[in-house]
Formats: sequence, C-alpha cells, structure tokens
Amino acid sequence: MIEYEIIDHTADVGIIARGDSVRDVFINAAHGMFSLIADLDMVVEVDSQEITVEAPDQEELLVTWLNELLYLFDAENLIFSRFEIIHLGKEQLNAIVYGEQVDPARHNLKTQVKAATYHMLKLREEDGFRAHIILDV
Amino acid sequence: MTSRWNDSLKRIDNFRWEIDMDFKPGMRVPGLIYADENMLNQIGEDKSPEQVANVAFLPGIIGKSMAMPDIHWGYGFPIGGVAATRVSDGVVSPGGVGFDINCGVRLVASNLTEKDIKPKIEDIIAQLFVNIPSGVGSEGRIRLKGNQLNKVLRNGARWAVEEGFGDKEDLDFIEDNGCLKGADPEQVSEKAKKRGLPQLGTLGSGNHFLEIQVVDEIYEQAAARAFGVEQTGQILILIHTGSRGFGYQVCDDYLKTMGMAVKKYDIELPDRQLACAPVRSPEGQAYLAAMACAANYAWANRQCITHWTRQTLSNIFGQSPRELGLRLIYDVAHNIAKIEEHKVDGKKLSVCVHRKGATRAFPAGHTDVPNAYKGIGQPVLIPGDMGRYSYVAVGTECAMEETFGSTCHGAGRIRSRSAAKREFSASDITDKLHAKGIVFKVANRASLVEEASAAYKDVAEVVNVADGAGISRKVLKARPIGVIKG
Repeated sequence: MIEYEIIDHTADVGIIARGDSVRDVFINAAHGMFSLIADLDMVVEVDSQEITVEAPDQEELLVTWLNELLYLFDAENLIFSRFEIIHLGKEQLNAIVYGEQVDPARHNLKTQVKAATYHMLKLREEDGFRAHIILDV
Repeated sequence: MTSRWNDSLKRIDNFRWEIDMDFKPGMRVPGLIYADENMLNQIGEDKSPEQVANVAFLPGIIGKSMAMPDIHWGYGFPIGGVAATRVSDGVVSPGGVGFDINCGVRLVASNLTEKDIKPKIEDIIAQLFVNIPSGVGSEGRIRLKGNQLNKVLRNGARWAVEEGFGDKEDLDFIEDNGCLKGADPEQVSEKAKKRGLPQLGTLGSGNHFLEIQVVDEIYEQAAARAFGVEQTGQILILIHTGSRGFGYQVCDDYLKTMGMAVKKYDIELPDRQLACAPVRSPEGQAYLAAMACAANYAWANRQCITHWTRQTLSNIFGQSPRELGLRLIYDVAHNIAKIEEHKVDGKKLSVCVHRKGATRAFPAGHTDVPNAYKGIGQPVLIPGDMGRYSYVAVGTECAMEETFGSTCHGAGRIRSRSAAKREFSASDITDKLHAKGIVFKVANRASLVEEASAAYKDVAEVVNVADGAGISRKVLKARPIGVIKG
C-alpha cells in the first residue's frame, strides 16, 4: 500500500504519509519524497543498500531516515523505489532499500529535495498512523 | 490565527509593522515586518508572521525579530528573516541560515549592448547550458582530489582564482572577499564532504539560474556608474546558486547537534527547526566553523561558474573576457550567519546576524565595502523571477541603524510549487517567455512551471518597500533576455 499526499507550502513542499503502522508511515514518506524527485515507475531494482540510522526520538528518526536517503541520492547517485524496513524502534531504524544508479533522462528527474526539515514535524496515531513532514526544495 | 496576528500588529508608518510581544508568550523582543498595506494582507495568509514571532524566542536576540518585504513562509525562520543575537550570551541557529548555506547572487558587468547580444543569444544560451552543469543532482566538471576539497572549504573563491578560475581582482568584489574566516574542515562530516565533492561548479536546480540581462532603467546614475553600468541597454550577467549538497548536509548534521544542545543548555523553543546553541559554546563554534566551510564552497562554486561564463562569451565573440569588460560587480550571500560589529544603544557590540533570505546592505564608508564603492555603498543584488526583472540597490545608513545592515533578497514566492503546477502549463509559460523575447534552457520542464512569474511577488513592490523604508536604495533595473535554469 502506498499512501501519501503532497501538500502545499508556499516555499517548500509538505508530505502527509499514512499507514496501519509506523513502519508503513516511514515507507510511505520515503515513497512520497522520491516521487517528487523522479518517476519511480522507471526505477529498476538492480541495486540494494542497507541503512541504519539513529535519533533521540521517533519523529526525529523519520527526518533522519529521509535525509539519509537524500544523502545516498546525492553522494552515491542512487535512486530508490522500494523500501523494506527490517527493524524499527523508537530510536533506531534498519532497512534495505532497492533501486539503481540515477539516469537523469530515463528517471525524469523533477525536483531537487534539499532536506527533510523539523518544521511542523508530526508523527501521530490517528486513523492508523500519520506523519506530516516539510521538505526544503 | 489571522485575527490574533492582526490584533497584535501595530502600524509604525507606511512600511513598518510591529508585532507586539503579547502575540506569543515567550517572545523576548517584538517583531518588525517591512511591508506596505497591500503586501501585509498576503503575508497574513500564511504562517510567516508566526515565524517572525518564533524567532523572537531565541536567547540573546536584540533589537527586533525582523522580516524583509519579501517575507514568506519558510521552515523555522521565515524567508526574509533577519535576527541578531549577542555573541556574549546569545545563540546561533542553523535554521536562521537554512540548508542552502550561502545561497547567493553575483552580478558580472560587460561592455556589450543588447544589439551585440541579440543576434547571438540562442547560441550563447545553448553553449552556457552545455558549459555550466545544471539540474537535479548535477555533477560538475571539476574533479577534486585528496585534500583539495579542504582547500576549497578553507579558502573559498580564492582557491578558485588560484586554480585559474577568474582573476585576483574578482576577490575585491565579493562579500568577505569570497572567504569567510574561521572555516575549519575538521568540523565538517565526511558525509558532507562526499556529497559536496562531485557538485562543485554546478548551478543545481529549483530557483537557481544564470541570466543574461539588459539594463532597463537607471535610478541613481552616480551609483550605477561606480558599479560599472554606464547606460541602459548594457548587458549584465546574474548568477544565483549556493553550496549545493555540501551545505544541505552541513545544516542537517548541525540540526542534530543543536537538537541535543537545546536540551543541554535548557533552551525553550516553539519550533524544532529553530534549534540552536550559545554562540560561544563548543556546539555553536563548531557550527560556525562548518557553516563558513559551506559559505566558502558556495563562493568557489559561483567563481567557477563565472569563469565558464566568461570563457563561453569570449569564445563566441572572439574577444578576451577583459576586452568584453566581464568584470565582477559584486557577489552577495543571502543565507548566512555572520559575526559583525554593530552599534546597539550607542555602543559597539559583537553580534551574530542571521540573514535567512536577506542581503547584507552596508552603507558608504563602511570598512567592509570595496574601496571602489566606498563613497557609494555596498551593491545589493535582488533577483526577480525569470519573466520580469531584477534590481541592483545599494546599502544605507538606515539599514545599519535598523536592520543590522540588511535588506530584501528577492521576489518571494506567493504560490506554492504545486499550486503553480495546477494553475499554469509549461507551454503557456514558454509562449509568454518567447513573447517577451526571452531565450531559455531548462534542465527539466517542471521547474519552468514551478518558477513561473506569477508564482512570485512582483520584485518591484519588494524593492520599493525597502527603498521607501530606507533600508536600501534602488540603483537600476535589468530584464532577462537569456536564462539557463536547472
């Protein structure tokens, strides 16, 4: 299930990600973010990467997770279309993400997402779980 | 919220609106927004006034939490936000600088006229687009080896000039001579370095651009002449970019550090994105040293892009950059925190000035103004949107007294990117730009729509408010005839 929506913010872009579990929210937020960057339908899963991130609380963990993915996009030139979370705690996340090397033409790169921010950051239990994140674009 | 914010708003004059401290308990100083009545209604529609109030919570903030007339909703600070904190007991906040550290603008003069350029503009834009890498995740033509990146981070534009990108004289016409003191690569993570390595010498995407412009109107002849602009019709080149992924990573790394520092120093804030630490704490000092590295990366970046622009024009016209008069007018940072001396209550005080989408605007006579402009003041470069025009202004004594030497930085968005996509089409915008005789190349068509003129305030209104308030004076207006965009 992919459930996210892109919301308006004057200068930047917001994402609301939903899911039956916090794990789904994390996955859907990552999908939402990469859907802004490129056409994910065009991404072939030929590469995978293991990610471990830590943060003092789960909201910050969400921002840290998204920013780690942005780092890999910029520094390793990797784009991801599938996210498998192996372990999710309050302060730690371990995941395997699938995708491939960026091909600007084939992936139709759209928006440069600079970072996920802490501004108005929310992760709540609400009709399942729901996160609100603002991205600097 | 809207009514509450209006209740707390006090009109001072046509261009100044104060937000009372009772607007939000915890504000240490009042807020001050530079705007006219028209703009004010628009400003009230988003959360930017509340962000002005939030910034007023920062420990050690002095004067007022200010917003320039291009204020709009950002994250943490509003865009257009200016806040000065005491170095002695105040804080520095990475959110008051933003992810794109030393995003800024530089303006290059020429002795070419519109007539010289017009027949070749298609070719010029096509070649600039090839020679200057742009677009999402674009990689540069510079391959840095070993500790070369550390030299970039320490020396900024000076590194670029030493490597043959431009002239030594360029350095005289860059804010801080293109090298912010105190840069320490040791305070920068390996991740930031890895992210920055391939991106030096790239324009990036979003609102970043390179424009070939024609001087349209001159308001202050003497100032324009001092800056090297003699007449309307003269060609200028405007470059807008920043520190790319390097800066984003530095900011992200230090937001984490500051998140912990807020607990350690027991600082209460209304927004996590404002996380900060005392200027004099180890965390504050480390951030300033890392931020200076990013500022220097950005100055080196703009210096390299300037060099390729000169080379491109030189090849096309078969004349040297010197013969074409491709002299740097100035380069300003508009996302930065600087330790500066300002007069507060009649006494000199060392303060940390956060400019988040605001430009330094020092007056005539200030030691940091280049000698060539000493009698005039520091050039302020204010880009508009790609379909309209940009301004050059000059710093004033009033800015020094009121805004810690700061003024506006651009047009300011009024429509979100997704709203722009809903309301405009790429073909419409293409037609409009063609009708205006603007030749352009964009790395992707989405950014063409997102950056449509109508998504922005008219920069003329912004500049007029700054001029009316006295925090900068208009010098000239220039319109684009060629644009490359990421």
